[in-house]
Amino acid sequence: MRNRPAKVNKIRVKRGKLEKREAMMGVLFCVPWIIGAAVFLVYPIFTSLYYSLAGVTVDSVNGIMATPLNQIQWNNLQEKYVQVISHDQNFLPALLDYLVSTLVSVPVIVVFSMIIAMMLNQKIRGKGFFRMIFFLPVIIVSGPLLSLLSESSANTLSVVDTQTITGAIGSFLPPALATPVTSLFTNMVTILWYSGVPILIFISALQKIDTSQYEAAYVDGASAWEMFWKITLPALKPMILLNCVYTIVFISSNDQNSIIGLIKQAMISGTDEKGYDYAAAMAWIYAIVEVLLVGIFALIFMTRRDKYEKQGKKIDRQMRRERRKVLHIQRRQARHAKRYHRPTVR
Amino acid sequence: MRRDTIAPPSAEQQTGKSRGAALAKKVNKDRIVKFFRGSRDKNGFIKTFAIYALLICIGFIYLYPMLKMLATSFMSQNDLLDSSIRWIPSGFNISNYRQAMTATSTNYWTALLQSFIIAGVPTLFTLVSCSLTGYGLATFKFRGRGVIIGLIVLAFVLPRQVTMIPTYGLYSRLGINQTLWTFILPAAFANGLNASIFILIFWQFFRTVPRSLIEAAKIDGAGDLRIFFRIALRSAAPAFITVALFCFVWHWNEAYLTQLYIQGKMVTNNQWTTVIIQLEQFSSNAGGTQYSQTASTGANKLSEAIKMAASLLAVLPLIIIYGVFQRHFVESIDRTGITGE
Repeated sequence: MRNRPAKVNKIRVKRGKLEKREAMMGVLFCVPWIIGAAVFLVYPIFTSLYYSLAGVTVDSVNGIMATPLNQIQWNNLQEKYVQVISHDQNFLPALLDYLVSTLVSVPVIVVFSMIIAMMLNQKIRGKGFFRMIFFLPVIIVSGPLLSLLSESSANTLSVVDTQTITGAIGSFLPPALATPVTSLFTNMVTILWYSGVPILIFISALQKIDTSQYEAAYVDGASAWEMFWKITLPALKPMILLNCVYTIVFISSNDQNSIIGLIKQAMISGTDEKGYDYAAAMAWIYAIVEVLLVGIFALIFMTRRDKYEKQGKKIDRQMRRERRKVLHIQRRQARHAKRYHRPTVR
Repeated sequence: MRRDTIAPPSAEQQTGKSRGAALAKKVNKDRIVKFFRGSRDKNGFIKTFAIYALLICIGFIYLYPMLKMLATSFMSQNDLLDSSIRWIPSGFNISNYRQAMTATSTNYWTALLQSFIIAGVPTLFTLVSCSLTGYGLATFKFRGRGVIIGLIVLAFVLPRQVTMIPTYGLYSRLGINQTLWTFILPAAFANGLNASIFILIFWQFFRTVPRSLIEAAKIDGAGDLRIFFRIALRSAAPAFITVALFCFVWHWNEAYLTQLYIQGKMVTNNQWTTVIIQLEQFSSNAGGTQYSQTASTGANKLSEAIKMAASLLAVLPLIIIYGVFQRHFVESIDRTGITGE
């Protein structure tokens, strides 16, 4: 056949030996993680999903046993989830409470830690000392010490009279909005304590900004305010997302969280009604809500793709489409040629 | 700035005394304004003052619970009941500490030693495994790398409660429940407590190792393992310090998982314990007696002093470690690629 289209797009570049070796070494370095993830991450995830859907039986001999496949009630898989959502009196309110308070406190924590980080990044005396104090929460906030402190009066700031502030806010905001805001003020110290790691992340990001950028802006006559908006903030933007995610995860996995308490309760109680399957269902709903929260913040702070890159991709797509069309036409021509004009044999 | 200070005398010489004096006065006033409001190059007094005041105030808020704890823990019974004493105890009184040390069934020193083992050993394993994985992700390009990173992020976001019970079942099937292996095994395979954060820290750090350095070593005939040990690890001290500190602290403070896996919450087996668990037990005991005696706030206060002493004892090692390493830690933050890019 003379005019068969050339096999342009079938040519594949064979990967070189070096590349192959490099890929292999990369996998080799990650082997510990791959094994660990398979055993300690992927397997438990699927098992817990299975538990929450199929249910478990607790046996004094075998311990926790998942319901075997042939005994699953296939039409009633969502049972535990329905139970958690519609029959548990504590779960939904706690979840709602968690959602609202997280949505309120995450921006506060992030903005606060950004301000502190910028202050700590300036030329001040006793920088090391201040940094030492501000990183201190990293140590304390993760432990049960925090719950102990919040139990006793040590974490409410007796210096500031929060009562008047909360009263003032309560008077002009609707109660649904006022509660999280007032709780923000009463838990001010706790919230400040959450900002240890975000401060740390922001400082190390601030250190990485090239000072020549500031110098150039200075020479061009930019004020400090303009420099903040045009240089500092864009540089910090990815870190803002990182810190939001970190803070959400931290708040969600904290011992102080009431939902965690509920899940643990269900886990330990081990009754027929509220057992491991129930706890697993709860944890899954909670996980979905948490991922949604992370997703909301990710949508807000995701760095948008470069405009030119976007355009380039668009053109790329268009070209590919056209090429496919051309190919299609060529193939059709060939087909028709075959069907209607028998090739003349010489 | 300097030109301003030189200007007045020369002006005086040229244009007579009265005018010069007025000018000097104006310059002086300018200087005062400048001192307070600052110029383009230099922060003024007001701004500097505001920054220091804010930092000190917020720093105080951070320190306040610690100070309160410290103060309360040294108070004697009379001090606690005396409402005029809020901060400074009348005498140096360590009876609270003595009581806190002997309050629980286990000796404080035994619990402390076990805490160090439970926090320290997994930390070592985590350092090795996470640095390997981080290096692999940072230096090599291979298929499935995106999947691995996605899974690491997923592991970070997913609440631990999702995988807790299946993991428990897995451990009991492996027969390692109530041993230290429940912490060591995941740590050795880079899936321990908060391992995803550590992997990300190492990954970001190793990305900053200059590519040309690695290539030079390759040309000189070094293998990948050798490059890792000889070049990457040598420069990774800040990352190691950061990760080690975080890992140690988080393991130290992890009461629930320790109780579940190592101590055995379902089965009462008290071979392993940590100071944090002791503290929780103690405070819940004290809390129980508190509620029964709500009428007498005196007893409430008394138990609080011991509680404070106990919690100080529980975190004191951490604070000491932090104090020793904080210099390196704070410095390392500037250099670690926690944030990357």
